Amino acid sequence: MTETLTFIVNGTERTADVAPQRRLSRVLREDLGLTGTKVGCDAGDCGACTVLLDGEQACSCLIPAAQAAGQDIVTVEGLAEVDGTHSALQRAFARHGAAQCGICTPGMLMAAHDLLRRDPTPGRRAVEDALGGVLCRCTGYLKIVDAVLDAAANVPDTDLPDPGCAVGARVARLDGTGKLDGRELYADDTTPADALWLRVVRSPHALADFVLGDIDAWARATPGVVAVLTARDVPGHNSFGIYPTLKDQPVFAERFARYRGEAVAAVVVADRAVFEAVDLSGFPIDWTPREAVIGIEAALQVEATRLHDASPGNVLIRGRVASGDVDAALAEATAEFGAVVQAEMETGFVEHSYIEPEAGWARRVGDRVELRVTTQTPYMDRDEVAHVLGIPQTAVRVTPSAVGGGFGGKLDQSVQLPLSVAAWRLGRPVATLYHRPESFAATTKRHPARMTASLGVMPQGAIAAFRFHGDFDTGAYASWGPTVAGRVPVHAPGPYRVGAVLATSAAVYTDGPPAGAFRGFGVPQAAIIGERLMDDAAAAIGMDPLEFRLLNALRAGDRTATGQVIEESVGLAACIEALKPAWARYGEQVAAHNLKHGRTRLGAGVGCMWYGCGNTSMTNPSTMRLALKPDGRLTLFNGAVDIGQGSYTIMAQIAADAVGAPLERVDQVWGDTDLTPDAGKTSASRQTFVSGRASELAGLDLRARILRLANAGEDADLTFAQGHIVVRDAAGTRDLDLSVLPVDDDGHLLVGEGTFDPPTAPLDGDGQGIPYATYAFAAQIALVEVDPALGTVRVRHMTAAHDVGRAINPTLVEGQIHGGIAQGLGLALMEEYVPGRTENLHDYLIPTVGDMPDVDCILIEDREPLGPFGAKGIGEPALVPTAPAILAGIRQAVGVCPDRVPVLPHRLRAAIRAASRPEAAE
Amino acid sequence: MTRYLRPRDLDDALGLLSDGGWTVLAGGTDHYPARAIRDPEEDVLDITALPDLRGIERTADGLRIGAAATWRAVIDADLPGACDGLKAAAREIGGMQIQNRGTVGGNLCNASPAADGVPVLLSLDAEVEIASARGRRRLPLNRFVLGNRRTALEPDELLLAIHLPDSALDGAGRFLKLGARRYLVISIVMVAGTMRLAADGTIAAARLAVGACTAAAIRLTALETAVAGLAPREAADALADSHLADLTPIADVRGDALYRQEAARTLVRRCLDDLAEAT
Repeated sequence: MTETLTFIVNGTERTADVAPQRRLSRVLREDLGLTGTKVGCDAGDCGACTVLLDGEQACSCLIPAAQAAGQDIVTVEGLAEVDGTHSALQRAFARHGAAQCGICTPGMLMAAHDLLRRDPTPGRRAVEDALGGVLCRCTGYLKIVDAVLDAAANVPDTDLPDPGCAVGARVARLDGTGKLDGRELYADDTTPADALWLRVVRSPHALADFVLGDIDAWARATPGVVAVLTARDVPGHNSFGIYPTLKDQPVFAERFARYRGEAVAAVVVADRAVFEAVDLSGFPIDWTPREAVIGIEAALQVEATRLHDASPGNVLIRGRVASGDVDAALAEATAEFGAVVQAEMETGFVEHSYIEPEAGWARRVGDRVELRVTTQTPYMDRDEVAHVLGIPQTAVRVTPSAVGGGFGGKLDQSVQLPLSVAAWRLGRPVATLYHRPESFAATTKRHPARMTASLGVMPQGAIAAFRFHGDFDTGAYASWGPTVAGRVPVHAPGPYRVGAVLATSAAVYTDGPPAGAFRGFGVPQAAIIGERLMDDAAAAIGMDPLEFRLLNALRAGDRTATGQVIEESVGLAACIEALKPAWARYGEQVAAHNLKHGRTRLGAGVGCMWYGCGNTSMTNPSTMRLALKPDGRLTLFNGAVDIGQGSYTIMAQIAADAVGAPLERVDQVWGDTDLTPDAGKTSASRQTFVSGRASELAGLDLRARILRLANAGEDADLTFAQGHIVVRDAAGTRDLDLSVLPVDDDGHLLVGEGTFDPPTAPLDGDGQGIPYATYAFAAQIALVEVDPALGTVRVRHMTAAHDVGRAINPTLVEGQIHGGIAQGLGLALMEEYVPGRTENLHDYLIPTVGDMPDVDCILIEDREPLGPFGAKGIGEPALVPTAPAILAGIRQAVGVCPDRVPVLPHRLRAAIRAASRPEAAE
Repeated sequence: MTRYLRPRDLDDALGLLSDGGWTVLAGGTDHYPARAIRDPEEDVLDITALPDLRGIERTADGLRIGAAATWRAVIDADLPGACDGLKAAAREIGGMQIQNRGTVGGNLCNASPAADGVPVLLSLDAEVEIASARGRRRLPLNRFVLGNRRTALEPDELLLAIHLPDSALDGAGRFLKLGARRYLVISIVMVAGTMRLAADGTIAAARLAVGACTAAAIRLTALETAVAGLAPREAADALADSHLADLTPIADVRGDALYRQEAARTLVRRCLDDLAEAT
């Protein structure tokens, strides 16, 4: 039943024929075409869909159209001034870098707008209260709060930097405008009106055999169903996976499903309305559940079922780094009156929880297929789709939509393959969108880890030896398990000089969800136990934990456990030194607070990390192209997908300075596998370092071509003007009239190209080699408040010192640090995916604005000669040290910390209880 | 063909309800999340246009909160100090988006064991007023919310209002919520209390309720009796395990049973201390 309802949207009367109970969010997006309002959960948990209804912020996903009819509705599209310029609030967001991926930004803006209408100059607490109902997964909220606090100041916009000054400048995101006024197009914002829609039928069991029933009869009897696709409809290979030799995951399961949430079929329906209402509960499939292998321990038991034929013992792959004689070194530490400390720790599944669920659409164009999807890796998508369809890679085009957060979760296939199969088979555009519980159940997770380690320290503080083993639950399929197994042993010893190392790992198959890529590839888990042992070792020899780390910090010229001598850009000691004043301050606060014997206790902790930028001992080149057009403007063909971190801004800053042109002259073509050269995937903290270097080389190449044309020397100064470049050097001034020069087929006068593949060397059986061309370093400290009676933890303050080589854009770097800290805090304190139990954003908790500590960022710039203008990565490094620092703070506050994260209140309480038993006190 | 009706007259609404088969919708903040996966076909009776369910007002013998009054309306209302806990609970329910739309009556009818509204209204001696075409009736809140997702509401009945008696509106009120994060969090345990002092400064009456430790939140009547007549500052020390014997907490992803029991005790103690400070 539909009714014709009238809405007053942004001051304009709009009518729509809709069902009265239709969610207002759908009316706005689908019926009125106002896609600026985003939907992240359909459950009031994320706040992305916040609008003002009758002058108050509300989740439009929870409002029936009938209640909104006749009321004033303000959406993000209505925030700009009458002349179309952005409001003071929107401009403050741009200035502060408050939007990263931008998917929560409309909700944040509307919540803030609601507050500022009532109180134009609110305090921080009022801002947090107002924004408390909107989740952000990228920013760590701090820049959003700053932007709201600063909106009233209405500071004028600043110009783009002068030529040669783009690198290092706090340039506002070049792709930012649309994120602030609702015009940015995410995967669900571009679906064609004539598209068919697809729903995936999924396994409700962790391990179960199934028999499909009379699908054709069900399809005929179910209104709106156009087709049902199963394994037999896959035209090429019904298999995919990250590694060419490990394509162990089917597009649609055959005969049995290996995890709760696995795809077994796709139901294609006539339109979006059917998609939103179709009931799959009657889908004809008979399930016979089997006893599932849940968790690492179960999978490694001798009698455990072998889950994949090729993996006896359920071990997918092992990793190993060995250097020196660990046993002898540990014995020596004991004999010399040092100490050997050991620990065991566990972590759980963590969900990426990007606010934009997986979505997109595909269409067949002749013998090609085209996809528009939310992805971190268009080139891998292209190759995977080609494999599944059995067509050449050149027959697949992937154009990423704006990406509403990724964090590694959009490095795997999700919607791409069922969409491609359906579009290929049916010859019509096909679209889909995962609902939030589906996104939780179906997609990859952070690997749960079960780790044991020991560390031997000499009495004067030198680290004699480090032994580590970590088992990582890679779930039902390999995904990025080999990457985790390979990366962890390299990083496990931490950024320290260690006498002897034996670090081993295993990726273990289970019947859990596939664990894939998640910001740090296992290193955040390993750092939790490694840094704990650093604290234990410092305590054992009576040293301050910060001083102990400084004493042992890797320095330029040191040899790592893989035998690599790192000569340049080793800024850890500088990071630790920079933390000393804050560390002293925290110590004073802890002492003063704990003397009061109130309800809470304070503690301070430190975490350090290193992180290799780029793939581990594997080629991972990026290519960038920079073209000069007759009008004197430049086009950067930039395939480094921006998932919120800022690569569409960073690459342009680098290219502009490399060529010597003003940033405002650089136009861009973003991620399109038909148009942009392969810039690899947005992963492994590689884009700034690898693609950034390629951008620099492309800029230098174009510059060289311009100089050749002008017959000018290398140090010539270029001035770009409409249709002209003026070239000045010692020999004089030349005016290049671009209008008289010939253009190529693409309309370009000159094209510069740069390719960079970081130099690495393979690791041998003992993990000896050069796994990475450069490493990022960081140290973070946390001031933590614990309520011992309740087991609750609040992180009050953090100071984060990061060696980024060179901060191409300090605002974006700080944004990565804040966001990494938020995710590290979530890993430490609240996030745990339990299949079937925490499959939504109210049972699975990610930090809100109220959970964030104040954060001071300290940027250390120890130049990396291989990186663009000395830069290296920050994306993953930002997260790695956070959980260790928080956990150490908890231990200082209350003397104990659970061996399992997240440290949920009941787990911390249990640890405190156990420690206070009389027998434990002895 | 599904129906969606939004009557403006209570008798019309009750007449429809007596026909049966309706899903009642108010603020939508529990209704839509339960339908996050797909839109079912159902007949919806939207009660937000009924004037009888609106408003928060003083009555001859207390305070009347319309069942469709939003938590925002509670926060904005001019209420006596005993309702400070009620206001605190209102500010802890979801984010502001939820507070602006979610209703007090909906929170009770949804009958989640973790409903923040239940313990705090128990601590205010709340009664509910129920209407149907058959007539009206009143029930104390503890006989309305019966268990997990279970209330005394018959299919043809509508919750009209919540009544707080004058006797509960004198004194101080507190609400303490325990969750694993700030904002937007389902309670692990929550404790609500009100306290009124006699002329001699001793406790004339204290009402304490605990949520999320039983299928429906309960009052701690033994404790209330034990602290009556004590000096406020002595109240917390009177707390004994036996006062919490009726709590039967479960284990779930948010906490184990022992933790909930222990946390409830901690929070009750703190609630008594806070009330002593406030009176």
